[in-house]
Amino acid sequence: MTLPADYITYPRRREGYDHDLYAWSNMHDRAPVSWPDGKSVAVWLCVSLEWFPITPEDKPFRAPGHMVTPYPDYRHYTVRDYGNRVGVWRMLDAFKAAGVRASFATNAAIAERYPQLIEAVLADGHEIIAHSTDMNGTITSDLTETQERALIADSLSRLEAASGVRPKGWLSIARSQSWRTLNLLAEHGIAYTCDWVNDELPYRMANGVVNLPLNTELSDRAIIAAQQHSAQGWAQMMRDAFDWLALEASGTAYTQGGGRMLPIHLTPYIMGLPYRIGALEELLADLCARKEAWFAPGAEIVEQWERQQ
Amino acid sequence: MDEGAPDPGLYDYQPYRNRPKLAWPDGRSCAVWVAPNLEYYEIDPPANPQRKPWARAHPDVAGFSYRDHSNRVSHWRMADVMSRHGFPGSVSLSVALCDHHPQVVADGVARGWEFFSHGIYNTRYSYGMTEEQERAIIEDSIATVQRATGQRIRGWLAPALTHTPRTLDLLAEYDFDYTCDLYHDDQVQEVKVASGQLASIPYSLEVNDHYGFNVYGMSGREYADCLIRQFDRLADEGERTGSGTVMCIPLHAYLIGQPHRIGPFEEALAHIAADPRCWKARAGEVVDAWRGQVGRAQQ
Repeated sequence: MTLPADYITYPRRREGYDHDLYAWSNMHDRAPVSWPDGKSVAVWLCVSLEWFPITPEDKPFRAPGHMVTPYPDYRHYTVRDYGNRVGVWRMLDAFKAAGVRASFATNAAIAERYPQLIEAVLADGHEIIAHSTDMNGTITSDLTETQERALIADSLSRLEAASGVRPKGWLSIARSQSWRTLNLLAEHGIAYTCDWVNDELPYRMANGVVNLPLNTELSDRAIIAAQQHSAQGWAQMMRDAFDWLALEASGTAYTQGGGRMLPIHLTPYIMGLPYRIGALEELLADLCARKEAWFAPGAEIVEQWERQQ
Repeated sequence: MDEGAPDPGLYDYQPYRNRPKLAWPDGRSCAVWVAPNLEYYEIDPPANPQRKPWARAHPDVAGFSYRDHSNRVSHWRMADVMSRHGFPGSVSLSVALCDHHPQVVADGVARGWEFFSHGIYNTRYSYGMTEEQERAIIEDSIATVQRATGQRIRGWLAPALTHTPRTLDLLAEYDFDYTCDLYHDDQVQEVKVASGQLASIPYSLEVNDHYGFNVYGMSGREYADCLIRQFDRLADEGERTGSGTVMCIPLHAYLIGQPHRIGPFEEALAHIAADPRCWKARAGEVVDAWRGQVGRAQQ
């Protein structure tokens, strides 16, 4: 199997990226950002509210966490929905007890199907982020522009109709975008996306949309479901991350420091189990006791950052 | 290599017992070299029929941005920890990084790091290349790194570990001194090549941070513990036999430089650096020390 001659030509080999979606910059050289009340580490809790139809779609791809067995996959349908019925309520109680607010990345179908849940999320002052229609609403460049525009419009209008809130933020399923997604999000009034995990502070895309990086490595899905650590092991990693970010915020050999951010991505059917939720509660208590910690929903972190640009 | 043969004929069998004496400088027993992979993954690379660059239709935002973290955030974290404990880097370099993000390469130069080629991009695979194409990427690598760093590269780690049957022979022909592509030993070994000579320096898949985190699913603390155990054992063996061992710590900033991992990693480096049996070396220095003693005797 030979390769075409142009396999070793590189038309986009140049200074900067091989794309024009955003410009390069290194975090440690940017003007330091500060968070309210002199806090140095923003802790962003982001909970995914996902409804997995028992009829999974494989186009453009099957979402992580989706159905596994031949139809009907009662096992995975109900295990996932456990998070929406039980696990997330434990999280809401944990957040309330700790006195912290979070973001909830919400499928439109969740808002339509479970109004009591959305009411409770909003009553506690949490933020709603748009998270597609349901877990069949995945995006890649395999969608046509018409299909993708309709998916985004449908997600936002259904979420707004059911919750009364027009979200500022967008999280794609599996953080998967097409070449067109950033522009389509801007067209629909989305101020920020959480899909690009290449940074640890907000930054602006070329089209004006802000990216607020929701680190995949720090998620309960990666650490507990994929790498198979305990909830206590996960919490230890969050503490190690917080310690490092607090240290870096105060300045190191390579940076004068400035505000840092710890994104904690939670999944109700993973962290909301009876034997795991205690680890989250203990972590929240520990982090709340840290003088450096500022807990804020994503939109408020973006707002603070934008004010200083 | 012997193309098509069941044994590729890369090296002779040499038992780990009764190896020739090999002294590292100052009587140290284990050479420790740190190999940061400074990479560029293209967002929209052309297809290679034998390997797909990304899992999803381009752009694979999750995959691309995960690796881009190195060049915006975590390179400096990783590099500073290494410098603080006195470890120079021997860089496995996607040489197009010299064009895309010269700031990252310049940082390594300023720290006194050695550079070798890891191909042009980690999204261009050698499978199926003609000899002419393979010569072109070798010559491109030599010229690009020379221009960016002033160094003539001496080593090679194939892009995304993709080879052809002629890669090692070509490296020897172009006067490379070492390859990082063979994992058959804990000491430097002679590689059989068509002409000239080429050494295999132990790189490592097993203590590579990619294996630690993305294959074995370790925590940062578990990975740090592996590094300490790996070093302690190799230092013990080198001390006992008088035949110096080699430990490589292959890294990717987007993995080891994550905020929950870098602290434990620093503790492991501090442990290794504090042991008087550790020779903090660059890859070229390890190969030279071996070539000057054992390698010469074997020829």
